[in-house]
Amino acid sequence: MAESFLSIRNVKKSFGAATVVQDFNLDVGRGEFVSFLGPSGCGKTTVLRMVAGFEEPSAGRISIGGQDVTRLKPNQRNIGMVFQAYALFPNLTVAQNIAFGLRVAGVGKAETDKRVAEMLDLIKLPEYGSRYPYQLSGGQQQRVALARALAPKPKVLLLDEPLSALDAKVRVSLRDEIRAIQRNLGITTIFVTHDQEEALSISDRIVVMYNGRAEQLGTPFEIYNRPATKFVANFVGTLNVLEGTVADPAAGTVRVNDGEVVLKGKLNGARPGETLSLALRPEAISLGRQPGRDASLGGRISEVSFLGSVIRVKVGLGSNSVSLDTFNNPASPPPVVGEQAEISFSSVDVLVLHD
Amino acid sequence: MKRSSVWAWVTFIVGASYFFIPLIATLEFSLRMRRGEYSFDAYRIVFGDDRFQATFSFSVIIAVFTILLGVLVVVPTAYWIRLRMPHLRPIVEFITLLPLIIPAIVIVFGYIRMYGSNSPLPFLATTWGTNALLTIGYATLALPYMYRAVDTGLRTIDVRTLTEAAQILGAGWATIITRIILPNVLIAVLSGAFLTFAIVIGEFTMASLLNRPAFGPYLQNIGANRAYEPAALAIIAFAITWGCMSVIQFLARFAPRSANRPN
Repeated sequence: MAESFLSIRNVKKSFGAATVVQDFNLDVGRGEFVSFLGPSGCGKTTVLRMVAGFEEPSAGRISIGGQDVTRLKPNQRNIGMVFQAYALFPNLTVAQNIAFGLRVAGVGKAETDKRVAEMLDLIKLPEYGSRYPYQLSGGQQQRVALARALAPKPKVLLLDEPLSALDAKVRVSLRDEIRAIQRNLGITTIFVTHDQEEALSISDRIVVMYNGRAEQLGTPFEIYNRPATKFVANFVGTLNVLEGTVADPAAGTVRVNDGEVVLKGKLNGARPGETLSLALRPEAISLGRQPGRDASLGGRISEVSFLGSVIRVKVGLGSNSVSLDTFNNPASPPPVVGEQAEISFSSVDVLVLHD
Repeated sequence: MKRSSVWAWVTFIVGASYFFIPLIATLEFSLRMRRGEYSFDAYRIVFGDDRFQATFSFSVIIAVFTILLGVLVVVPTAYWIRLRMPHLRPIVEFITLLPLIIPAIVIVFGYIRMYGSNSPLPFLATTWGTNALLTIGYATLALPYMYRAVDTGLRTIDVRTLTEAAQILGAGWATIITRIILPNVLIAVLSGAFLTFAIVIGEFTMASLLNRPAFGPYLQNIGANRAYEPAALAIIAFAITWGCMSVIQFLARFAPRSANRPN
């Protein structure tokens, strides 16, 4: 990461007795796109609202470009924000909405008009300046909201679940558009979402939040492939979690039901008899013994779902069960429920999760 | 025609008759001042009466100030309650309903006791003071209508998000209220304003007991001493009220349509 532009230090937020954000720390580089990802109520929007100035931190410090903004009012921070509900002013036209921040800042008419035209071009709605918000589709309204937020050239752009109210197709295209505009302008951006696919596809880095804490901060690749906690592993992507017991820490052996898996170098600090959660992505598991896969476990097929090109198979392994996908092969029939089956995987793909 | 439709028409005709027959009778009576033929003599006399012009002008001016006072008090209050103190809404609603429960005569006697010439706030010692007190009293009487109208208007917009959107764009409270909130509830404010106007124009008790030359006491005075003119005045008062209602309906067409709830 480049030098920190937006810095959030030891921030805490309580509402009465309830603490919704605890000891939150984050450094965002200039021009970086960081997503806050987490379930409802995890505190991601509260952190965003503290950056915007709508909530005051109970403790900690927020600075932008080296300036402490912790106690500044929202209208003194020079931040742009896009809301989930669009929040366009219904009484103003598209052009007037985009010009609002410039007018408030006392920018002259000629410059305002020029900037509005630039923004309309940027969001590819150059002919829509005289329309009212109710005359636009949801996607168009959100693009106008983005243009309105960007028009006064803010230092930081905050996006509060801007795609949640849109249908799936528009969501994907607008997501790409937002990212392209952000890259083009090089604006430091924080994006709040509960949609993992959105966060993975759009972000430079992701903060996964849970219970008011940052569970993990990393690139999408790191978050998906090397989740730091059980929550992150479960929340991001599909994951099979197997409960195992450490047999020999030195040898790296873990007992899973009746079988045994060797995880060399992954059991540092574990004690014999300790219970561990071993996680495997579905794409890391094969049905049957496959070359290059050094670990295998025996079980019984409990469920088979034919999905066309893919067959989803659930294999029961004693008290555990794993889900895996195999490609449909017209030459061979799909597995049958109740059949004995062996799954194989590479021990390097196993994630050892800590609570 | 369906049976239910027949009953709907019967109900409508009975209701309309109940409402319109006295009105038509009053109109017809107001036109019979000249013996043997219909004329507008009663109206001519009323409109030519200096007291009519003076009292009506007085009431219109008081109504305008009452509306301004009502808007200044109610819009920021209703906005702030919706934005920051929604838990207080039931209490505020109850308070705004009190003028419907407490008779105007009780309020005005309270005023006379509280603001007499010997009190610390001697509103009643001067004409301007009394007029100001009458305006405040009318604003109180109109509170249930003005508050409800504005609150209903605020309910149609996302007050909190619009406020935050304006704030983050650099706007202060005055800009937010005047350029975002007020234009979006303007029709609701106008509804409240015209209802206030209708109340003030016909109000008798307060104006009479505070001894102000308002239209209400004039109506009562004419009604007690003349035959045809009161009927003409009643029709004029109806016309003013209906005019106000029509203006509300007309202006409602120009209400800004919400982005999330297109009409």
